[in-house]
Amino acid sequence: MNVLWLQSGGCGGCTMSMLCAETPDLLGMLADADIHFLWHPSLSEESGSEAVSVLDRCVSGELPLDVLCVEGSLLRGPNGTGRFHMLAGTGTPMIEWVSKLAARARHTMAVGTCAAFGGVTSGGLNPTDACGLQYEGATPGGLLGADFRSGSGLPVINVAGCPTHPDWVIESLMALSMGEMGAEALDEVGRPRFYADHLVHHGCSRNEFYEFKASAEKPSDMGCMMEHMGCKGTQAHADCNLRPWNGNGSCTSGGYPCISCTEPGFEEPGHPFAETPKVSGIPIGLPTDMPKAWFVALAALSKSATPKRVRVNATSDHTVIAPANRKTGLK
Amino acid sequence: MSRTVLGPFNRVEGDLEVSLEAADGQVSAAWVNSPMYRGFEQILQGKAPHDALVMVPRICGICSVSQSVAAAAALTNAAGAQVPVNGERAINLMLATENLADHFTHFYLFFMPDFAREAYAGTPWFDPVAARFRAIKGSATAEALPARARFLQIMGLLAGKWPHTLTIQAGGSARAVSANERIRLLSMIREFRQWLERHLFGDRLEAVCALESIDDLMSWATGDGPRGADLGRFVQLCDALDLHTLGQAPEVPRYMSFGNYPVEGTPALARGVWHAAAQRLEPMVSSDIVEDLSHAWMAGGGAAHPLKGSTLPDLDKADAYSWCKAPRWQGQVVQCGALSRQVVSGHPLARDMVARAGGNVMSRVIGRLLEIARIVPMMEQWTRALEPGAPFHASVSLPSDGEGVGMVEAARGSLGHWLVIRRGRIHNYQIIAPTTWNFSPRDAQGVPGALEQALVGTPVETGREMPVRVQHVIRSFDPCMVCTVH
Repeated sequence: MNVLWLQSGGCGGCTMSMLCAETPDLLGMLADADIHFLWHPSLSEESGSEAVSVLDRCVSGELPLDVLCVEGSLLRGPNGTGRFHMLAGTGTPMIEWVSKLAARARHTMAVGTCAAFGGVTSGGLNPTDACGLQYEGATPGGLLGADFRSGSGLPVINVAGCPTHPDWVIESLMALSMGEMGAEALDEVGRPRFYADHLVHHGCSRNEFYEFKASAEKPSDMGCMMEHMGCKGTQAHADCNLRPWNGNGSCTSGGYPCISCTEPGFEEPGHPFAETPKVSGIPIGLPTDMPKAWFVALAALSKSATPKRVRVNATSDHTVIAPANRKTGLK
Repeated sequence: MSRTVLGPFNRVEGDLEVSLEAADGQVSAAWVNSPMYRGFEQILQGKAPHDALVMVPRICGICSVSQSVAAAAALTNAAGAQVPVNGERAINLMLATENLADHFTHFYLFFMPDFAREAYAGTPWFDPVAARFRAIKGSATAEALPARARFLQIMGLLAGKWPHTLTIQAGGSARAVSANERIRLLSMIREFRQWLERHLFGDRLEAVCALESIDDLMSWATGDGPRGADLGRFVQLCDALDLHTLGQAPEVPRYMSFGNYPVEGTPALARGVWHAAAQRLEPMVSSDIVEDLSHAWMAGGGAAHPLKGSTLPDLDKADAYSWCKAPRWQGQVVQCGALSRQVVSGHPLARDMVARAGGNVMSRVIGRLLEIARIVPMMEQWTRALEPGAPFHASVSLPSDGEGVGMVEAARGSLGHWLVIRRGRIHNYQIIAPTTWNFSPRDAQGVPGALEQALVGTPVETGREMPVRVQHVIRSFDPCMVCTVH
């Protein structure tokens, strides 16, 4: 399976993340899965005209292009010219290259939230008119248009995340290589469901604090970060706390709130990232699928039942009170 | 004489275009263009100041922690706060992990594969070098990638993930380290040390740090262990290809470092500007820095200190040829990066290399590997000195009006963030990244940037669109263009 990987208006972080894949032999594993990079900016030898020649041969159809991977948002500005990002050495805007190549590709994959939905590059007043391949935030459209379908009939596969987890990319490529990714494998915004059918909250190491609404109040506190610190783990679709990052890391275990970086429009939450917006002391963004009244009732109950250990540890940076050793009475 | 336009220069991040004029088989003039602009400095305006900690790492997925550290330092500075010593050490560990992983990736993935190109086939050293370093297929890639991933597990523990962490906050680190995690961290650093000593250096890190001159290096590199290891192989290549004469910039004898890795406020690597011709270390202060816009696609023509700087695109500006601004120190072009840090901090080998042949392809690459050898033992010391139970973070309160400066050393060199807060919001945010210094375009006086100067004199073979020696020179600076123009 021939894969061409281009970097558009992003930060290169999804490539850097992919190279952190936890396998003894990433390139061997890809080769074994019949995944062959026609060109990848960080891995391939070809530079300059040699690299441009690979692109030209894909556009002409001489080289069969199975998967076009795009990392980074597509910069349409200024005034639709695409001149904020010219592909070096070609005098041609990157958006033109991507449009031509997507028209040839059997599958098109957005690697990261920038390429999927626009991402941080489209933040603020979006000075470069950045968008995703097939979305602009949560709105279908983007560079290729809502009706775009790749040669395979699939829309753009949005491996969203800022950055993406290496496994999300590698396993998506493997599924494509094995012919096992159809329309049913993608959620309503085009994300592979194998990771998007989870919430970041699942498996969070702060779960006991969540249960009792024992909340962190400042950076380095151990408590649940939903109530005050802006954590969106109960609403963000991803398996970040089930699938470790860099060994056994995750955002919430790293001491900071989930900013829902796999979601369209995460870059402009409408409030400071590390603060929870509230109405009458109740957070606005409640857990997905949970009626507000239930949440309020349960939170009041659980807060009243919080053990001292959990309450004290929640606002400490290390365990101050350890769980008590008591005989359970079980035989 | 004709002008050739070359690009993309892939590996770390490919948005780089270089125009060359050649005469008599060598480059006579060069223009460096960063052809992508995203506008982070504009995006940041009007946001809550702490939101910079979400946005700025995403300027660059290669040096995202450096960007975090600079932003957190600017916020801490604006608040007039102090980071607890545990926080300093934890942040040093994260920054050092990123910087060293970057040097490591540069050597194995971005720089050495060029010696396995067909252009060198038939040279006496080619076959073993190609077997080791060929892109994708070389044995070094297969060994280095998992070693890199293992080393970056330090980030999983300390930073949650890499790139793009929010652990690094104004006032310190949001992730306290427990006693058993301190031991685990130490074992992770020691594992990386062992890989380096076995494959990269073929010797103890301390033996590499003890090299005091090029003569020392050459005789060490032909010794029993080092000769068969990767640095030894590179030194032999330098000898075979005269890489110490390639990519010099004799008119840029100034090597800058903002200083790095503070403990109780004192950086482990010193701050300053080394003037190689005068053999003198000069003080480096923020007020000596300006950014010149005359050849950048930015509105305005003058030069301004970053606290007063602006970033407004103007694509139709006459004489402009890059999105990159031209930073200058005391009006002068300077070089920055690992070699500069080692020179400024007084390492004898780095000073000897620069005294004898300046910044060049060999000295810039050796500078990185020397830095790996020097910093890993420091990481061991910082880890041992962590005090579980003592604070890693101190609360800060930002003024509603104020200014802050954060100056750190990223892998590629000096990174500065300048922040102005008005009415509780970001009024102005200006960033000068390392590649902005090294890949600067010309300034108002027409003086070319460091790489533009270093390319002059590079041999260009006729009939080759992408001369391999030009690639060595460019990649010896380790271009990372997303940072440059952000």
